[in-house]
Amino acid sequence: MKVAVMVTCINDSLFPDTGKSVFRLLRRLGVDADFPAAQTCCAQPMVNTGYLDEAVPVVRTFVDAFAGYDAIVTPSGSCAGSVRHQHSIVARRAGEERLASAAPRVYELSEFLVDVLGVTDVNAYFPHRATYHPTCHSLRMLGVGDKPLRLLREVRGLDLVELPAAAECCGFGGTFAVKNAETSTAMGADKARHVRGTGAEVLVAGDSSCLLHIGGLLSRERSGVRVMHLADVLASTEEEA
Amino acid sequence: MPAFPEAARKALADTQLRRNLAHATGTIRAKREAVVGEVAEWEELRLAGAAIKDNTLRRLDEHLLTLEASLQARGATVHWARDAAEACEIVARIAHGHGIDEVVKVKSMATQEIGLNEALAAHGVTAWETDLAELIVQLGDDLPSHILVPAIHRNRAEIREVFRRGMADAGRPAPPGLSDEPAELAAAARLHLREKFLRARMAVSGANFAVAESGTLVVVESEGNGRMCLTLPEVLVSVVGIEKVVPTFADLDVFLQLLPRSSTGERMNPYTSTWSGVTPGDGPQEMHVVLLDNGRTRALADEVGRQALRCIRCSACLNVCPVYERTGGHAYGSVYPGPIGAILNPLLKGVGVDEQTDSLPYASTLCGACFEACPVRIDIPEVLVHLRAKVVDAHREGVPKPEAVAMKSAAWLLSDARRLGLAERGLGVANRALTRFGRRVLPGGRRALGRLPWPGSLWTNARDLPAPPRESFRAWWRKGGRP
Ligand code: SF4
Repeated sequence: MKVAVMVTCINDSLFPDTGKSVFRLLRRLGVDADFPAAQTCCAQPMVNTGYLDEAVPVVRTFVDAFAGYDAIVTPSGSCAGSVRHQHSIVARRAGEERLASAAPRVYELSEFLVDVLGVTDVNAYFPHRATYHPTCHSLRMLGVGDKPLRLLREVRGLDLVELPAAAECCGFGGTFAVKNAETSTAMGADKARHVRGTGAEVLVAGDSSCLLHIGGLLSRERSGVRVMHLADVLASTEEEA
Repeated sequence: MPAFPEAARKALADTQLRRNLAHATGTIRAKREAVVGEVAEWEELRLAGAAIKDNTLRRLDEHLLTLEASLQARGATVHWARDAAEACEIVARIAHGHGIDEVVKVKSMATQEIGLNEALAAHGVTAWETDLAELIVQLGDDLPSHILVPAIHRNRAEIREVFRRGMADAGRPAPPGLSDEPAELAAAARLHLREKFLRARMAVSGANFAVAESGTLVVVESEGNGRMCLTLPEVLVSVVGIEKVVPTFADLDVFLQLLPRSSTGERMNPYTSTWSGVTPGDGPQEMHVVLLDNGRTRALADEVGRQALRCIRCSACLNVCPVYERTGGHAYGSVYPGPIGAILNPLLKGVGVDEQTDSLPYASTLCGACFEACPVRIDIPEVLVHLRAKVVDAHREGVPKPEAVAMKSAAWLLSDARRLGLAERGLGVANRALTRFGRRVLPGGRRALGRLPWPGSLWTNARDLPAPPRESFRAWWRKGGRP
């Protein structure tokens, strides 16, 4: 099986370590994944803001970059959801059926680990108290269910505490965060409050964009809570700790 | 009406309102979840509800003609109204025809949508709301902010004040020494309303459903005030949106299960009233049905958006919406607030016409909680994205907005990996410049940027931003970096 990693534009440019974690993790599990260098973005920012014409060339770049791979793994529920549910909209707009062709091959990281590789214990070690926020698109658009939690429960040393109102949106929502900045931060403040209430040192989630938002609030509040991507936690091992 | 972000600002700053809303939606959310959880075949019911509505909408014209014929056969008069003005005109004409200057009303979204109370007032006819929450809104000279609980934004103490100040002007005054105990408030409302029920000669209602085959209108309610209006007066006028039609009585079965559980979190609602035409010597002796379009055929013509016409106005989507919970209903500038309002208003009114309507499809994070809760499976996030595209397309001519410029340049950047790589190199340079100023450090050791000038301030007013890394993932990979 030829596996490609879609690092996502936000990880590529802002959180490169998360991209590295995905490769480290996959390698440890015996998957020799590739980074198709022609990749950029899933086009979700354009589609979700209503710019469908603008999304067309971005999706075209995506489809070309990942042509020839059997599986596309991504550390983002949101981007996986976009490929699965939105590329068909762009394809219809462009009258180019090919633009929807990546959808059946895309997997969010926890889906790939649990459903394709069939593992829940990835041999990770992370001796911290952490809580998990299931991002909306993982939870409702993809329906990853408890897969991320099953993976986290196997991490040695990890003290996983439950997050109250976990299923509630953090308020990021892409351009919503700036178009409706006040509402966005009001929602995020409640999420941050719940996180602080757990006494966790680390907030874990499967989407860097949501973590950017919640982490930005936690930092502004000087809460001392750190945010980390699921991939970063799963990639951690005893040697590094 | 200002666009959503500005309108929301007021509510966001009102801590009392935020507390009222969080409490009320939280309570009803938990109730709904519990009773929905009791029904093992809930998903099948949702699918059935959606299918009945879709099939009916597909042949709406035929079903409406059947409805008209069966209503007429039972002695009702059927009127067709293209828009709000026509509908209001019809109701006013009926009132005038009988020399009536006062009507009682069953809570109805359709009559609120067309602004019937104000229109009747202009014709010298006073309309009294008889639903408790609706009464609170009317007496308080307020606007409804929720489909099911129009006064959800008010707490007990506020309601007591509204009653004490407003009841005397509208009829029987509030009893002296009225407290804010729910039972006392309800008793005061009961006395106040009873006087109106017995006096009024004409009532105006809406309908939750209209059964085509039998010519039956259906109202589902909790308080029984609707039943008083439907049975006591001489003349009954029902204003019904054309999407309310269901083909047969058997179809009701599905909706009478879906609606109360989704709406009030009850297994069954206390009152379900059905009425068909006129029965000599029993109930209203003259019945009128106004079938209302007011943008519904426009919505029906939208191939993605038409699913919004399945809506049974249960308000479940409002109660689970995190945006609604913070902003309240008034920010949506319509009698249809929350997620359904964010799609229904643009569908009924059309996009590209005013800024307020165009702002509604963006009043969501697309978190999907509304779709999950909707008893008739309206994919609200899908319709929101679809309408956003329509809003953008409606503004493609003329001078592009800053947002359009930003999106176009982002798309240009993101259609080519080399361009993106170059931009990321720019970020690396910015890192060196910025981290010298960035004094904040994120937990974990990474530097953060504090407050940036506009438009960065839209992010950094309340949130820190990690400083860009020295090297992007792609640059690291290109150099041969391997984990
Ligand atoms: S859209 Fe669905 S959840 Fe919202 S009010 Fe209508 S039927 Fe209820």
